[in-house]
Amino acid sequence: MGKKVALTGNEAAAHAMRQINPDVIAAFPITPSTPIPQAVAQFIADGEMDTELVTVESEHSAMSACIGAAAAGARVMTATSANGYALMWEMLYIASGMRLPIVMAVAARALSAPLNIHGDHSDIMGGRDTGWIQLISENSQEAYDNLIQAIKIAENKDVMTPALAAFDGFNISHAIEIWEMEDDAAVKEFIGDYEPLFPLLNTDEPITHGAWAPPDWYFEHKMSQLKGLLNAKDVVEKVGKEFGEAFGREYGLYEAYKLDDADFVIVAAGSVCGTTKDVVDSLRDNGIKAGLLKIRLFRPFPFKEIADALQSAKAIAILDRVSPAGAQGGPLFSEIRSALYDTPTRAPIINYTYGLGGRDTQPKHINSVYETLKKIVETGKVEKQFDCLNLRGAWG
Amino acid sequence: MALLNDLAKKKEGLVSGHRLCPGCTHSVIARQVFAAAETDKYDIVIAAATGCFEVSTGLYPYTSWNVPWIHTAFENAASTIAGVETAYRALKKKGKINKDIRFIAFASDGGTYDIGLQALSGAIERGHQFLYICNDNNAYQNTGNQRSSATPFGGTTTTSPNGKVKFGKEQPRKDIVSVLEGHHMEYIAQASPSNWRDLMNKVKKALDVNGPTYINVIEPCTTGWGFPPNKAIEIAQLAVDTCVWPLYEVIKGKVVINYKPQKKLPVVEYLKPQRRFAHLFKKGNEYLIEEFQKQVDAHWEWLLKREECGISYFED
Repeated sequence: MGKKVALTGNEAAAHAMRQINPDVIAAFPITPSTPIPQAVAQFIADGEMDTELVTVESEHSAMSACIGAAAAGARVMTATSANGYALMWEMLYIASGMRLPIVMAVAARALSAPLNIHGDHSDIMGGRDTGWIQLISENSQEAYDNLIQAIKIAENKDVMTPALAAFDGFNISHAIEIWEMEDDAAVKEFIGDYEPLFPLLNTDEPITHGAWAPPDWYFEHKMSQLKGLLNAKDVVEKVGKEFGEAFGREYGLYEAYKLDDADFVIVAAGSVCGTTKDVVDSLRDNGIKAGLLKIRLFRPFPFKEIADALQSAKAIAILDRVSPAGAQGGPLFSEIRSALYDTPTRAPIINYTYGLGGRDTQPKHINSVYETLKKIVETGKVEKQFDCLNLRGAWG
Repeated sequence: MALLNDLAKKKEGLVSGHRLCPGCTHSVIARQVFAAAETDKYDIVIAAATGCFEVSTGLYPYTSWNVPWIHTAFENAASTIAGVETAYRALKKKGKINKDIRFIAFASDGGTYDIGLQALSGAIERGHQFLYICNDNNAYQNTGNQRSSATPFGGTTTTSPNGKVKFGKEQPRKDIVSVLEGHHMEYIAQASPSNWRDLMNKVKKALDVNGPTYINVIEPCTTGWGFPPNKAIEIAQLAVDTCVWPLYEVIKGKVVINYKPQKKLPVVEYLKPQRRFAHLFKKGNEYLIEEFQKQVDAHWEWLLKREECGISYFED
């Protein structure tokens, strides 16, 4: 049986790593994910896990060492944030291109400049096309649960693709919450042993890892890699069910919160979903049909399932915790709107950027979004397709 | 050291069919390395930095490697092999691997002196057991001969050309061996494929060390340096005989010079057969050759003095 603990999101990730006990962890400290390798180092020092920890000199080398170790045949993990994630960027493509099931915890954070150590999704959204599976967590419980499931998803033979489990920097990484930690033995049993497919260290059958492919082969490699990533969708569902059977907390591709009959729907990812659920509850108490679609699997993006789930909506607001950077909207907005194009719904869709660099997002801000959605449905008019929440002064 | 006859029968790690330029010494160096490794006692796993050697031997769907080989990027042969070596220790500890394996990283000067220096420094400082071999061809030859920090003074490249007001590279080469000495490694050496027994001895010694080791090998490049394909080993020998490329070891901090030319040749002997130095022989540029000679002499004298005084920061 598991036990209730009151620990931070970083500690949740670190305990998941302790229980997974991978062969190798290579990591370089960066706020807000630093407490993860610190805790891991302490677990190792106390004999509570026997992972080889490589305290590399940079995140680029962290991912390089992870790739070397995973190619060698080891089960491998790391953790990072923000500029560290950005420094890994080149190697993220190489990890997925080489089909290595590395698993990474990301305490999501703003990217410089200006320098900012607080939470937003600039890092993970910047790396959304690197070919990694991306799971986004709402709280410490999910940070813990997703990291454990990520091992099983990434290592699935039909997938063989690296996976990251992200949770908001500070809002989750440093906030103490009560969550359930499962027994070490139960986690070990859930993930099972790792059998690498083509380990470099099998010197009896020498393999060339990381060859270069000219124009007559590169394309085939990338499309074959894409199949592995797309296969992850079914595997995420399957593993989510198995996780539910094992530990009583079932996971799907996304979470529908009071969505079935909802007129006014917010789509969001991460810790803001907790605040949004509270607002939905109080609106429902007042007879207002509010709902939330919480994104869990962002890559591969389950566009069909999410579009189907949004069919009842009369107006939709999508919250992006990242600047749209000159696009028509944030990355979540673009995905959702594109997904809905092939469906009957023509509900108006608006986009908000919120929480950049750790800016607070309170129930009153979420409430204002639902109010705007109500007004759009009442008037049939969209005044602003893109807006900001809790920005000093008006946007646009 | 085994007889040449025996060495010729040893397992080849790098086999024929690769796409290196005619006369390129990358393959010569690799074959000397494999001939030196005691592959009857341990297996070898190789990591490669992006570069000439990597692209010419690891082209999908073929491979020239008869041993496990991994390439990931340009700047991280050291951190990649560090990961492989760590996995080896982790899996050995858990009883999943029982073999004895040695790890070798091959990179050139760009991936070592420049963009790869940080990863190399980090991996060495952490003490991973691997031999890092830098095949130093003095420029970024893979991308078509651009300047690197290993490019010698006066040498022309496409980004340090000779022109009306510039004469080629204006700075001396980076002394990578001295840079690495600050890492307190047990074994660092400089070698040349022209002196194959010396190179093999160094590889054998390096692979026996329980920690990181480094060998800097001169790798004459026919296309970048501009000499006929059959002259590579001669050019390497001229580098050694002019003391442009001294053969020496730094063993636990003590310098040991392995070859002192009976008659130290003037640097012009090395410079003259190479197109990249042709402009130094134009009238009015004599001072550049004098400067080149001065730099080579100063380094050689410094090495001789260091060997003589035998100072080391390691405790015996």
